[in-house]
Amino acid sequence: MKMIKQLRSKKAIYLAGIILVTSSYTLISEEPIPQGKTYSASEKAASQKAFLAVYDVLMSPRCMNCHPKGDVPLQGDDSHLHTQGVIRGSDGHGVYAMKCTNCHQPKNTPGLNMPPGNPKWHLPPADMKMVFEGKTPRELAAQLKDPEQNGHKTMAEIVDHISHDELVLGGWNPGDGRKKPPLTHPQFEKEFRDWVKNGAVLPEK
Amino acid sequence: MVYKLKVNKKDYSVDATPDMPLLWVLRDLLGLTGTKFGCGMAQCGACTVHLEGEAVRSCVTLIARAAGKEVTTIEGLSPDSKHPLQVAWLEEDTPQCGYCQSGQIMAAAVLLRENADPTDEDIDHAMSGNICRCGTYPRIRKAIHLAAKLQKQGGTK
Repeated sequence: MKMIKQLRSKKAIYLAGIILVTSSYTLISEEPIPQGKTYSASEKAASQKAFLAVYDVLMSPRCMNCHPKGDVPLQGDDSHLHTQGVIRGSDGHGVYAMKCTNCHQPKNTPGLNMPPGNPKWHLPPADMKMVFEGKTPRELAAQLKDPEQNGHKTMAEIVDHISHDELVLGGWNPGDGRKKPPLTHPQFEKEFRDWVKNGAVLPEK
Repeated sequence: MVYKLKVNKKDYSVDATPDMPLLWVLRDLLGLTGTKFGCGMAQCGACTVHLEGEAVRSCVTLIARAAGKEVTTIEGLSPDSKHPLQVAWLEEDTPQCGYCQSGQIMAAAVLLRENADPTDEDIDHAMSGNICRCGTYPRIRKAIHLAAKLQKQGGTK
């Protein structure tokens, strides 16, 4: 009995080792922009094309409404200014009695025009506004690549963010009566990874 | 399902479905009718109460979110109705019909806690989500300024 237990614990150690090696490999292999790599013209064109698809998603109301150019979030499929005079606040969570989660619950409130929900509901903070509204594809791509404008993230972290972040994924669960972004989340993620894999090239305009 | 929550410093156990709005719990199960139902969709602010000190809209806040947490309603804002806002509200004769006023006061209480000397602009940012169909906004603004003064003097609690 003791021997079986020992064998089992040895097995567990080997298994843990294999998982650790595999996951480190996965992390390294997912590092999006290999240093020093040069890209062919066709790769660069593929990168630019992929970003244009990404751009359509980022500029859809489900993404852009919380990346406004001013300090007032946007609302609805027509991206009008948020009613009730809501403002960003320094941390992006609203101010005083008008904090986002005072109305926005951890889940969507059912019904038309009811507040959509997410446990992380907020805007970018005032010192890193990460504006989408009004940006051209070239401007937005440049912003996403610049750690000084993208929340101090590496490209690997940006890819991870758009792939797994709860609030990003919430764009595809917008609550009753709201349009989803023009691509599915897996399509969006694929286009984003294609943009990065092929050099994260800025579109012409 | 039985939920435990603390309302106005008192412990309660309530039997409710997880999707019952906190407002229903307060009014129908606990009999705390100072908090009002206005729009039922977080648009008007009449149902504002404090959940862990934040001015949530109780009409869309489910009991499941409030379980185990501290809730304060207008009935519990002060032990003797002498919160600076309550004193100032009377002093300025602020309410007209009064329906929205408990929500207004609960929203203003968060403002004064976080900003002891609010400007008109601060008041706008804090209070613009609380609607008053009688249009008592100028008196609400005056009362908040007065309450800030009273709070500073420490004359009321």
